[in-house]
Amino acid sequence: MSQEQIKPQPQKQDEEAVPGVPTPAPASASAQAQVQEVDDLLAEIDGVLETNAEEFVRGFVQKGGQ
Amino acid sequence: MTVKRFAGLETEFGILAPQDLNANATVLSARLINAHADLVARERHHVAATSWDYTDERPLHDARGFEMDRDAADPSQLTDTPRELTAEEIALTTDAQPGKIFAEEASMLAAMYREDANDVGHVRMNMVLGNGARFYVDHAHPEYSSPETLWPADAVLWDQAGDVIARRAADHVRDAWGLGELLLYKNNTDGKGQSYGAHENYLMPREVDFEKAAAALISFFATRQVFCGSGRVGLGTRSGTPGFQISQRADFFEAEIGLETTVRRPIVNTRDEPHSNWEKFRRLHVIIGDANMGQVSTYLRIGTTSLVLSLIESGRAPEIALMDPVEALQQVSHDPQARAVVRLKDGRKLSAIDIQRIYYDAAASLCADTGADTEPQTADVLSRWGSTLDALARDPFEVASTVDWVAKYQLLSAYRDRNGLQWDDPRLAMMDLQWSDLRKDKGLYFKLAERGRMERLFDDAAIESAAVNPPEDTRAYLRGKAVTAFPDHVVGASWDALSFSVPGRARIQRRSLIDPFWGSRATVESLFELQEDIAAFVDALPRT
Repeated sequence: MSQEQIKPQPQKQDEEAVPGVPTPAPASASAQAQVQEVDDLLAEIDGVLETNAEEFVRGFVQKGGQ
Repeated sequence: MTVKRFAGLETEFGILAPQDLNANATVLSARLINAHADLVARERHHVAATSWDYTDERPLHDARGFEMDRDAADPSQLTDTPRELTAEEIALTTDAQPGKIFAEEASMLAAMYREDANDVGHVRMNMVLGNGARFYVDHAHPEYSSPETLWPADAVLWDQAGDVIARRAADHVRDAWGLGELLLYKNNTDGKGQSYGAHENYLMPREVDFEKAAAALISFFATRQVFCGSGRVGLGTRSGTPGFQISQRADFFEAEIGLETTVRRPIVNTRDEPHSNWEKFRRLHVIIGDANMGQVSTYLRIGTTSLVLSLIESGRAPEIALMDPVEALQQVSHDPQARAVVRLKDGRKLSAIDIQRIYYDAAASLCADTGADTEPQTADVLSRWGSTLDALARDPFEVASTVDWVAKYQLLSAYRDRNGLQWDDPRLAMMDLQWSDLRKDKGLYFKLAERGRMERLFDDAAIESAAVNPPEDTRAYLRGKAVTAFPDHVVGASWDALSFSVPGRARIQRRSLIDPFWGSRATVESLFELQEDIAAFVDALPRT
C-alpha cells in the first residue's frame, strides 16, 4: 500500500438518481471548498483528541457483551 | 434473486461516564434508555407503556435440530427473560452518591413510568420505538435493534438512525438531567479482553439445508472483513501485540459453528429463533460483523451477505473450504495490506480478495442468469462489491472513502508518520476508540465525513427522519405506528406480536405479526385512520 496523502474521493454527484439505489448525499459546500492538506486535518485531530490519551484508554473498560 | 431480503441489525454500544470510571455499566445503560423515554415524553407529552414480550424468544433452539440444555447455557444466553437489575444496581439507582443516579432522577422516573414486568424499581430497561426499533439494556450495554427492513440501503439508514437516537439520549442525560457526559462508542472491544457485538439477522426459507448453508457461509464470513471491517489498533483479545488489524471482532472468535454469542464465539451462529412462521422461515443470526460507522461499509456488509444467501438458496454457492477457518479469519485480519494468503482444504492458497472474488463471480453469474442485474439496488451492490475488490487488489487506499478500516488505517498511519509513533502509542489507541465516538464534534469518523472524505448514501435529514419513522414495507411499520398512535394501549410488543389493553375488555388482546411482510404501510395504513378507536383497530388485526 502506498503511503500517499489522504485525499478526498470524488463524490458521485453528477449521476442521475436511480429509483431503489441510494444516492450519495452531496458533500456540504464547506467540505467541498476546503480540500485541506493532510497536516490541517491531523492538526485538527490533535485538538479533538482526548487529552491524556494513556489514562483515558486505560480507563475504557467494558463488561462482556454478545 | 435480488438483494431484497428481510433483515435487521443490532448494535451494542460501548458506554463510559468519563467523570466516574467506576460507574455501573448497567445503570449507565438504563439511564440512557430512560433519557430516550423522557425525550419521547417531552415531545409527545406521553410515552408508550410498552413492555417487551418474551413469549416467542427461543435463544437455546439450535438450527442443527436440537435444543441446548438450559443448565449448560451461559447465563448471558438466556435472553428470553427480562434483564433484572441486581439488588446492588437497584440501590445505585436511588442513591445520590457521586457516580450514581441521583435521587431526583429516580423519583422523576418513578413518576413517569408505571411499574410493570420490565421496569425494575421504576427504571425502564426496554423500549419499543416509534420507528419500529427496540432500544434496551443488554447486560452491561445499551443496545439498539433496528426495525426490519427489506433493502440493504434501508438497513443502513435505520442502523444510522440508532446512532442518532443513542447520542441524543446521552446529550439529554448531560444537558437536561445534568448528570454529566455519557460517552458512547460504536465499536466492538475495549482492547482489554472484552468484546460486544453488532449482529445481523436475515430471513431465509426453512427448507434450505442449514449445514450446507453454514459450510458456504464460513469462508465468506472469514473474508468479507476486507470490505466491511472497521479496523482496530492492537492484536489479540487484550491487544498484547502492537499493530493495526482489519477487523474489530476477528480475535474474539474461537469456533466454526455454534450457539453461543458471548463465549466460544462461532463464525456461524446457530441460534434458531425465526421471529416469524417457524415452518416457513429461519432467521440467520450473524454475530461476526463489526459495527460500522461508515454507510458504505454497512451497505456492502448487508448487500453482499444477502447475495451469498441467494447463492445458497439457489444451490449455486461456490465450494470453498478453508483448512482452518478461525485461523484464516485472524490471519486475514492481521494483515492491513490485505495480501495474506490462507490455505484451503483442496490445497489452494488464496487471499481474502481472491476468495471474495469467487463469491462475487458466482453472484454476478446468478444475477445475470435471473435478470436480477437489472434491478437497480442489486446491480449497485454487485457493482460496488466487484469494484471494491478490484481496488483493494490494486491499493487498499483507493477505497479510503468507502471502507471503514481503510479510512481508519490511512488516518492513523498519517498521524503515526507525522509524529513518529509506534503502534503501541496510546494516542493511536485513543484515535481508534475515538473513531467510533458518537459525538459529532469528537468522533473521528465524523471529522472525515464532514470534510467529504467518507462517501455517504444518506444525508442527516434522512437519518433524522428514520429515527422517528418506521420503514414502510415491513411489519415494523405497524409496530412503530401503533406505539406512536396508541401509547396508552400497546402494553406489550415483540418482533412478531403486539399486545393491547382495550377499555372494557378484561383480557389483554394479543395480536400476531408472524407474517413479517404483513403490517406494511400498504396493508395497514387505513387502520390508522380509525384514530383513537382502539377497539376497532385491534379487532382489525389478525388473532394470534
